[in-house]
Amino acid sequence: MSTAKAEREPFFSAKTKKLLLGPLNKENPITVQILGICSALAITVKLEPAVVMSISVIAVTAMSNLIISLLRNTIPQRIRIIVQLVVIAALVILVDQILKAYMYDVSKQLSVFVGLIITNCIIMGRLEAFAMANKPVDSFIDGIGNGLGYGLILIIVAFFRELFGSGTLYGYQVIPQSFYDFGYVDNGLMILPPAALIVVGIIIWVQRAKNPDLQEDN
Amino acid sequence: MEHLINIFVKAIFVENMIFAYFLGMCSYLAVSKTVQTSVGLGVAVIFVLGITVPVNYLIDNYLLKQGALAWMGEGFANVDLSFLSFIMFIAVIASMVQLVEMVIEKFSPTLYTSLGIFLPLIAVNCAILGGSLFMQERDYETIGEATVFGLGSGIGWFLAIVAIAAIREKIRYSNVPKPLRGLGITFIITGLMGIAFMSFMGIKL
Repeated sequence: MSTAKAEREPFFSAKTKKLLLGPLNKENPITVQILGICSALAITVKLEPAVVMSISVIAVTAMSNLIISLLRNTIPQRIRIIVQLVVIAALVILVDQILKAYMYDVSKQLSVFVGLIITNCIIMGRLEAFAMANKPVDSFIDGIGNGLGYGLILIIVAFFRELFGSGTLYGYQVIPQSFYDFGYVDNGLMILPPAALIVVGIIIWVQRAKNPDLQEDN
Repeated sequence: MEHLINIFVKAIFVENMIFAYFLGMCSYLAVSKTVQTSVGLGVAVIFVLGITVPVNYLIDNYLLKQGALAWMGEGFANVDLSFLSFIMFIAVIASMVQLVEMVIEKFSPTLYTSLGIFLPLIAVNCAILGGSLFMQERDYETIGEATVFGLGSGIGWFLAIVAIAAIREKIRYSNVPKPLRGLGITFIITGLMGIAFMSFMGIKL
C-alpha cells in the first residue's frame, strides 16, 4: 500500500481538473461523444425540469461510476452489462422515489424520462469506458464531470426554449408586458419538440466553429 | 379492431418515438450513416419492441400493479410493487435481447450475421425501455393493444432511421458549412423532419 500512498496526488491536480472540466467543453457527452441525447431533448421545454433532470443525472452517473469502480475487479466480464444495469436501475429507482416524495409536480412533468435515465447512454458509456478501468475516486469525479457536461447543454437548451417559447425563465415572467402590448408574440415553435433538435444543432455549430479540431469530414 | 388500428397508426406517425419523444436517439445518430445498416437496426428494434412490450404488459398487470397479485390469494390483494417496475422492465429487456439473439442465431444465421452487432446495442436503446414505460403510463386495457402499440412504435422508429440514413447518404454531395458537418446538420435535419411529421397530429381516427 505504501507505493499507492507515494503516488497519491493532491486533490485538485491537473488530472482531476481535466476529468471534471473536460466534459464541459471538448469532451462534452452530448455534443462530442454523442451520448445521452435520448432523454436530453424532451424535457427542455422549461428550465425547472431541465435543472432537476441534470441534478438527477449527475447523482446517478457519479454514484454508479463509484459503485461499479469499487466492484470492477469482482464483476465477471460476461455478465457485466446486466450487473451495470442492475446498479443503475437501483439508483434510478431511488431518484424516482425521492422526486415523487418531494417534488411531485416536476416528477409528473418528467413522466417516463426519469425511468429512461437507466438507458441513458452517458451512464453506460462512462461505466464501460472509464469506471471499469479506473480507481473509485477518479471514476466518481469523471461521473460528476460528465453529468455536469450533460446538464450544461440541457440548461442552455432549456434557457433558450423557455425564454423564446414562453417568455419566462424558471417560471418567472422575463419579457416585460409592454413588449406584448407592442405586438411581440411568443415563438410557438420553440415549445414544440423539433425546436430542441435545432437548438442543439446550433450549439454544436457554435462549439465546432470555435474548436476546429472537432469538425468532421462528412 | 378499429381501436387497434387507431393505436397502431398513432404509434407510427403521431407519437413517433423519434420525432415526438426523441427516444433511441443515440443509436439513431450513430448507426444512420448508410441505409443498409439502418435497415438492419430498424428491423431488430421492431422485433424486440414487439416482444418486450407485451411481456412487460403481463408483468406489470399480474405482478407489479397495486392489486395485481390478487391471483395469489387474499393476503396479496393490496400489495403494490410498482416501484420495482424499472428494474423488472430492464431485466426483461436485457434477457429478451439475449434470448432473441440466441433464437435468431439458431434458426436464421443469415439474419443473425446482418443483425449481429446491433442486437446487444438494443438492450440500452431508450426506445425499447421507453415503449414499456409508455405502455405502463397509458394503461392499455388488453395485451392486444400493448402488442400493437409495441409494433407500431417499432415501425415508426424504423421509418425514421431509414429516412435519415437516406438523407445522410445524399447530403455527402452538398456543401455544408464545415462546423455543421456530420452531427450538427443531422440534428437540424431531424428537427425539420420532426416538423414535417407534426402534420400528422391533426389526424383524428
